[in-house]
Amino acid sequence: MQMMEKKLLLGAEAVAQGALDAGISGVYAYPGTPSTEITEYIQQSRHAVLPTVRSAWAANEKTAYEAALGMSYAGKRCLVCMKHVGLNVAADAFMNSAITGVQGGLVLVVADDPSMHSSQNEQDSRFYGRFAMIPILEPANQQEAYEMARYSFDLSEEVALPVMLRITTRLSHSRAVVTPTAPRQQNGLNPTTDKSRWILLPANARKNYRGLLDKQEQLRQIAEQSSFNSVTEGRGEQAVIAFGIACNYAMEVITSHGLDIPLLKISQYPLPEKLLKRFAEQYNEILIAEEGYPIQEERLRGFFGDNRFQGRLDGTLPPAGELSPALLEKALLGSMQQSNDTGHDIKPTTVNPQTGAHPLVAPRPPMLCKGCSHRDLFEAINRVMTDYPAQHVFGDIGCYTLGALPPYSTISSCVDMGASITMAKGAADAGLRPALCVIGDSTFTHSGITGLLDAVNDRSSLTVVISDNGTTAMTGGQDSAGTGRFFDICKGVGVEEAHIRTLVPLKKNLDHNMAIIREELEYEGVSVIIAQRECIHIRKSKILTTDN
Amino acid sequence: MHKDIIIAGVGGQGILTIAAIIDLAAMQLGLQVKQAEVHGMSQRGGAVESHLRISSNVIWSDLIPLGRADLILSLEPMEALRHLPFLSPEGLIVTATEPQGDIVGYPSVEALHDAIATAAPHLLVDASTLAAAAGSSKSFNLVMLGAASPCLGIDNHELEKAITTYFDPKGENIVATNLKAFRLGAAQQRSKTTTR
Repeated sequence: MQMMEKKLLLGAEAVAQGALDAGISGVYAYPGTPSTEITEYIQQSRHAVLPTVRSAWAANEKTAYEAALGMSYAGKRCLVCMKHVGLNVAADAFMNSAITGVQGGLVLVVADDPSMHSSQNEQDSRFYGRFAMIPILEPANQQEAYEMARYSFDLSEEVALPVMLRITTRLSHSRAVVTPTAPRQQNGLNPTTDKSRWILLPANARKNYRGLLDKQEQLRQIAEQSSFNSVTEGRGEQAVIAFGIACNYAMEVITSHGLDIPLLKISQYPLPEKLLKRFAEQYNEILIAEEGYPIQEERLRGFFGDNRFQGRLDGTLPPAGELSPALLEKALLGSMQQSNDTGHDIKPTTVNPQTGAHPLVAPRPPMLCKGCSHRDLFEAINRVMTDYPAQHVFGDIGCYTLGALPPYSTISSCVDMGASITMAKGAADAGLRPALCVIGDSTFTHSGITGLLDAVNDRSSLTVVISDNGTTAMTGGQDSAGTGRFFDICKGVGVEEAHIRTLVPLKKNLDHNMAIIREELEYEGVSVIIAQRECIHIRKSKILTTDN
Repeated sequence: MHKDIIIAGVGGQGILTIAAIIDLAAMQLGLQVKQAEVHGMSQRGGAVESHLRISSNVIWSDLIPLGRADLILSLEPMEALRHLPFLSPEGLIVTATEPQGDIVGYPSVEALHDAIATAAPHLLVDASTLAAAAGSSKSFNLVMLGAASPCLGIDNHELEKAITTYFDPKGENIVATNLKAFRLGAAQQRSKTTTR
């Protein structure tokens, strides 16, 4: 394989470069930390220009996944990227794509966020991969992220199934030197000749599902042979089975303390049962290290509990949150200290066992930027809401979620994309007045429009504020799907024109804006207030561009 | 050669630029690099940090183990203390003195300076003044890179080459300002008066 020039890449960028070099014809994605940089890298690469790799943002993860499936149907290779909770949105398309199978290679990159650095949960996407019964690849480092992204397209075409590439925040947002290999040409247009495979009527679906079940043995065989699954030799009774990036933390401890511990690294699924059995048979004490839920640990232990295995389930590692060198150090050296009678002085190197910072250090949570339009909006809402005994403002996902924190403390809920409107609707149906919600422009087009339609059809009494800053700001300012069209969208959905109001959230407009909000809260029916002012960062970057 | 460096600050201060320049210089020298960054919600004015590891050998973990960092390079004094558990017993702190104190419970500057002084050998840098002297308040982060430069295990010549490469697309003037800021920072002497 011809080696190309070395690059310093984020894990996310390594995935993107691997997909480009695998000859993708398109990427479909909705921005979401920690997956956003994959698509951004492709958008900024020369490939996005020539030869064409289609790369604009999708309205949500479901539309992205379906478009990717369509590109695969047409015979071309396609990448689809999202954060872990985005896969919940795309789950219908995802699960059924395992039943249809693929024509051109289709790879789903899903970026999980253990420790919830920027998310509302830390669900483990490997559950979804196993649920759909498709191959999963889980890179441990940036070079492997590159190689797996390339390989996963070959694998997808070989087994005619979508392949999941699962990364986590740490790998996605960490840079290292990556050596790419020579790029492959894109596939030509080659639509499927087997339409029945794509028509999931029950008769076809039953046949396809049988086929998916029959493929499982082949997928296991491939994992047994995979070079991504490997053993690092060592002596001693204790061993480690580490999955994906967890391998790095175990190896960090093993090498820095000069330990002699055998390690089995698993980065390709379904679980290679023979390899695991051969390895596990040799040891009486095995630490299972996996980033995310203890999915494999639970399987290896079995229902009746094989006590040789330690990990998150028995408290050797914590049940939640991201792994770290310190946690692996404690897990490995802690048990070494108990079982080690050779008198070697092996001690954790932790300086401060509390791992807490200095007592002077105050928490520094994120906050709305100076000059942000959401600030003036929340100011107006808070003042109006003092007129009412019950002060509930349903919120949604974006920068404006920070309106839940002081000094505003405006927002009372944040659950999933679009839930502000539908929860406000349900609360309004229950009799809550006023039923007010705040949703961002990009979140509105992602999952808010259908909820608004429900409210219109049901004549629910609620007020929807679309805080339109013209961008997907939280993830760094990506294009927003409905910019400039919110009035028309709301009108088209059936909101009465007289109750689609527009305001500009600025200090000087405070009284006027409060009056509009008050009027619409008093209206018994569906009203929409479009609060329109550009994100301060987008505005600044435009000014900079004009200056140059 | 192996260096573990924590770069700390507040979202928007430019710690990723510092990291990118060190990365570039290290890569040019054929060293291994791993550099974990914070993206997403915390970038909205929250506490941010980068774990930067440079080595002539394989680097396994993207995160620096507790108690191993050779250097905490902080753009804000309280943020230097946040990462203290990562500092090795032989490690150094290089920090800007100007507080980003617009939060609840921010301690007094005197208390912060005392805490830093008792924690480790340290260098306090009035980076705002030096950045202004270099010609742009935006070069604040390059002053701090300069101040930390004796502790990075990379020649200043290599770092200056990386600065030039990094800022080249923004034009000659920006390159010159940042080089000047870097040199002003590099001229700061490490405090000899460690009271530990």
